[in-house]
Amino acid sequence: MALGRDHELHTRRRSRNLGVGLVLGAFVLIVFGITIAKLSSGQMMEAFDHTIRPSLAEQDK
Amino acid sequence: MSDTSTIQGTAAGAQEAQFGDYFALLKPRVMSLVVFTALAGLFVAPVAVHPLLAAASILFIAIGAGASGALNMWWDADIDAVMKRTARRPVPAGRISGEAARDVGLGLSILSVMMLGLSANPMAAALLAFTIFFYAVIYTMWLKRATPQNIVIGGAAGAFPPMIGWVVATGHVSLEAALMFALIFIWTPPHFWALALFMKDDYSKAGVPMLTVTHGRRVTRRQVLVYTLLLAALALGIAFSAIGGPVFLATALVLNARFVLGALRLWRRDEVQAGADGYRAEKRFFRQSLYYLFLHFLALMAEAGLDRAGVTLVEGW
Repeated sequence: MALGRDHELHTRRRSRNLGVGLVLGAFVLIVFGITIAKLSSGQMMEAFDHTIRPSLAEQDK
Repeated sequence: MSDTSTIQGTAAGAQEAQFGDYFALLKPRVMSLVVFTALAGLFVAPVAVHPLLAAASILFIAIGAGASGALNMWWDADIDAVMKRTARRPVPAGRISGEAARDVGLGLSILSVMMLGLSANPMAAALLAFTIFFYAVIYTMWLKRATPQNIVIGGAAGAFPPMIGWVVATGHVSLEAALMFALIFIWTPPHFWALALFMKDDYSKAGVPMLTVTHGRRVTRRQVLVYTLLLAALALGIAFSAIGGPVFLATALVLNARFVLGALRLWRRDEVQAGADGYRAEKRFFRQSLYYLFLHFLALMAEAGLDRAGVTLVEGW
């Protein structure tokens, strides 16, 4: 069943949909913030990318 | 369920759950206490945390606590429907189905543990996972309906947040974290039993084996006094630990003197006296217990704040 844009269902669920939207938006911002905070405090974020690079080699004693 | 049945079902008169109903599933009032005690644990810890990571970690601890609240509402909908205090919760009131509450609880449990692991460390995430398991499974599904010691053991779930806060900062559990845990753990029985004394019909109607129902009100009053005395000894002991100090000692002396006096008053009263004044002393003791916990943790934070500012109130402490 196709729903019209202004179906009564939309009005009824407006607060719920708005709330979910805001929560998801906030979640994205939090994840972004955590990433920036972790990076700025100097934590390693380098993953293995299937190629040899200098940082993988053992350091000379 | 198809779109058609959703539209027809709700149009037929069933109430549509609003966003606020889903939020209510997370027990916001309990969450506010969790936020405060977790923040205290994090602030008191001797390791500085990036403010944004600290805020995010507190948020995920609160969401984890809320998730266990939703699981509790799913499992206990039958009891909640009978008790006056809980009958208007979203599940017993019919605004949200039990299955939806369960799914929200499980989903947010997984999300909060994963996110705390990312924003803090694996140890904090493991503790949060254990807290959710303890509250939802050990307390809600098992102990609550099985033993009058339900809230004594179940109180541990509420005692974990400051410990998790501490672990967010330090990465491990230590004596100080255990002391904060113990403060809430020993505080829970007198707090809840005072409530059970004046909400007397609720628990017996629901068939929850509250101490007041199984062992009688005389025994409950004695147990409140015993735990209050233990609590006073513990609180004064914390004053001399690494997280204590003169501010905490002064706070603890005043609050515990009042709390012990309140418990003694409850112990001396019988049901006739309590009934005559509408359980005034019991209600006052319950209110006092809320201030008690709040002010003790505030004093711990004040000690940490003074320490960081380099202020020494008593030489050699």
